[in-house]
Amino acid sequence: MSSISCRNLCKTFSQGEEIITGLDQVSLSISEGEFVCLSGPSGSGKTTLLNALGGLDTPDSGEIGVGDYRLEQLDKGELADMRLQTIGFVFQAYNLVPVLSARENVEFVMQVQGVPVAERRQRVDEVLTEVGLAGMEGRLPAELSGGQQQRVAVARAIASRPRLVLADEPTANLDTHSAAQLMDLFVALNDRGITFVIATHDTRVMAYARRVVKMQDGQIISDQTQDPHAMDV
Amino acid sequence: MRLPLGTVTTLAWRNLWRNYRRTLIMLAAIAVGVWAMIFMNAIMRGMTDQMVRNGLNLLPGEVQIHHPAYRADPSVVNSMAPPSGELLAALQAAPVEAWAARVRVPAVVASEYDSRGIVLVGMDPAPESRLGSLPDTIIEGRFLDSADDRGVVLGASLADRLETDLGKRVVIMSQDPDNNVAERGARVVGIYRARLRSTEDVFIFAGITPTQAMLNLENKVSEIAATGNDYRVAEGWAPGIAAAAGPGLEVRHWQALDPFLGSMLSVQDGFALVFMVVIFLALSFGLVNTLVMAVFERVREIGLMQALGMRPGLIMLQILTESLMLLALGLVIGNLSAWLSIKPLESGIDISSVAEGMEMMAMGTTLHPALDYRDMVLSTVVVIGLGLLASLLPAWRAARLDPIRALAKN
Repeated sequence: MSSISCRNLCKTFSQGEEIITGLDQVSLSISEGEFVCLSGPSGSGKTTLLNALGGLDTPDSGEIGVGDYRLEQLDKGELADMRLQTIGFVFQAYNLVPVLSARENVEFVMQVQGVPVAERRQRVDEVLTEVGLAGMEGRLPAELSGGQQQRVAVARAIASRPRLVLADEPTANLDTHSAAQLMDLFVALNDRGITFVIATHDTRVMAYARRVVKMQDGQIISDQTQDPHAMDV
Repeated sequence: MRLPLGTVTTLAWRNLWRNYRRTLIMLAAIAVGVWAMIFMNAIMRGMTDQMVRNGLNLLPGEVQIHHPAYRADPSVVNSMAPPSGELLAALQAAPVEAWAARVRVPAVVASEYDSRGIVLVGMDPAPESRLGSLPDTIIEGRFLDSADDRGVVLGASLADRLETDLGKRVVIMSQDPDNNVAERGARVVGIYRARLRSTEDVFIFAGITPTQAMLNLENKVSEIAATGNDYRVAEGWAPGIAAAAGPGLEVRHWQALDPFLGSMLSVQDGFALVFMVVIFLALSFGLVNTLVMAVFERVREIGLMQALGMRPGLIMLQILTESLMLLALGLVIGNLSAWLSIKPLESGIDISSVAEGMEMMAMGTTLHPALDYRDMVLSTVVVIGLGLLASLLPAWRAARLDPIRALAKN
């Protein structure tokens, strides 16, 4: 079953008088449980594609399906509901709410989802243990290292049990060791059936993927499956 | 989807204290504004209350019964029999707390030096005392001791003008029902001081029995006055008295007897609302600025929440909740400060240094601020209502943020 599909996506941006092509007739299909890397240089369109797949950005034309949702048919509120129920996001800059503790940040999405308190607490304990942050539940983001913050962000992304995790340069601000730990965590979660789509130009990250989609100038220039760690450097 | 009120309130509360200096300044502004609204209204209400009470002292009585022609021609001709039967029963029942029948006619008082037009009030001091219509202070001599007292009590100002004094005799002249001159000499047994000099100049008090005898009124009276426990509600029970009095008598409550005085209460209520709205409109600029800055500083977080699936409506709710918390805190502090500052002053503020000016407004030398809990409710409604209205713009702008652009903000 196809988890994500998009067809003929086009997106342009205007920068002053210049028109920049973000996506140019991009079509892609990702099955449930895949571990996909969108790679390419800066400005290749990988983040634009990731944002479009996540319903954060609206393409100028084309169709996107995420599970049973047809994104072009949803309004702003429905897109928010879709993201809430279906997708876990991991951003480059961690993006935690600074006034909430690690536990509260992880709980946040579940609270909005309306998950009962007891279940919420149990899930938070589980995922924080899983990402190696047991005992740090009460710390505020400012009291955590960059790697720890990113792990909180991952815990937040998976605690709500999404079918799909979209990650944009998740290791960009991490040292080698933290990046490897994070990717190991992603692989473990992917083994449990969560679909991962990661936008990155980090070859260390690509080495973990089973499928690498290369982009350039808003177009897909190659789409290859590989053995994980085949590109290990 | 359930409304995550817990999340919204937790975030709102913590965000409120992220920039605690700004929050404290805004909180102080709201609290001072609320305090000013209530305090100023308490002063104004105290002034209005005093003006109305002083006005009622001149009438006096919250509900009055007259011969139908008395108000146009307050002479002895338009007098009436003392209350009896159904009317007497109505006057002796709740909500009437006190009543008195009196003779009140225009007259002239003359001393050996001067004469003045006055209003002669023939009264029985016992029921009038319950009615609260006796002069404020007897500064010399005594007040009337019974309905049969043959002496008179003059105001201090009138005594000065007549160049008379305690123990001296004056002559009171008026007309009897047959248009003959009715007069009698009387000794000044007391001199009173009133809050208003005009009262001292106009009213002379005498026993009702000798007054009726002088005017050949037999036992007739010209006015029956009744009072309840709150002048503000007299309009409500006056119709019951009117029904008991029957069609041959005119029954009016004080607002109808003195429409200017009556309009003061509604003017005061309107003024209170206008005053509160004006103060809060000024405050709302600060509130909007605070919220706009709070949103501006958290653009990225708001984008994150939207990206994670928080609907725009919930983002709006969060900003409005933040505003509501700020307003509610300001209201609590403002209301409490108002209560604490007004209560000790209710016994009176001495304004004798500006007494002459205040007398023009029918005010005395002491101002009693009147804390009306409706003002607290009104200020709460105005502050919450206008505050949330002013917060709608920043909340709406936050809800409309584009998550991609918001997340890209540094």
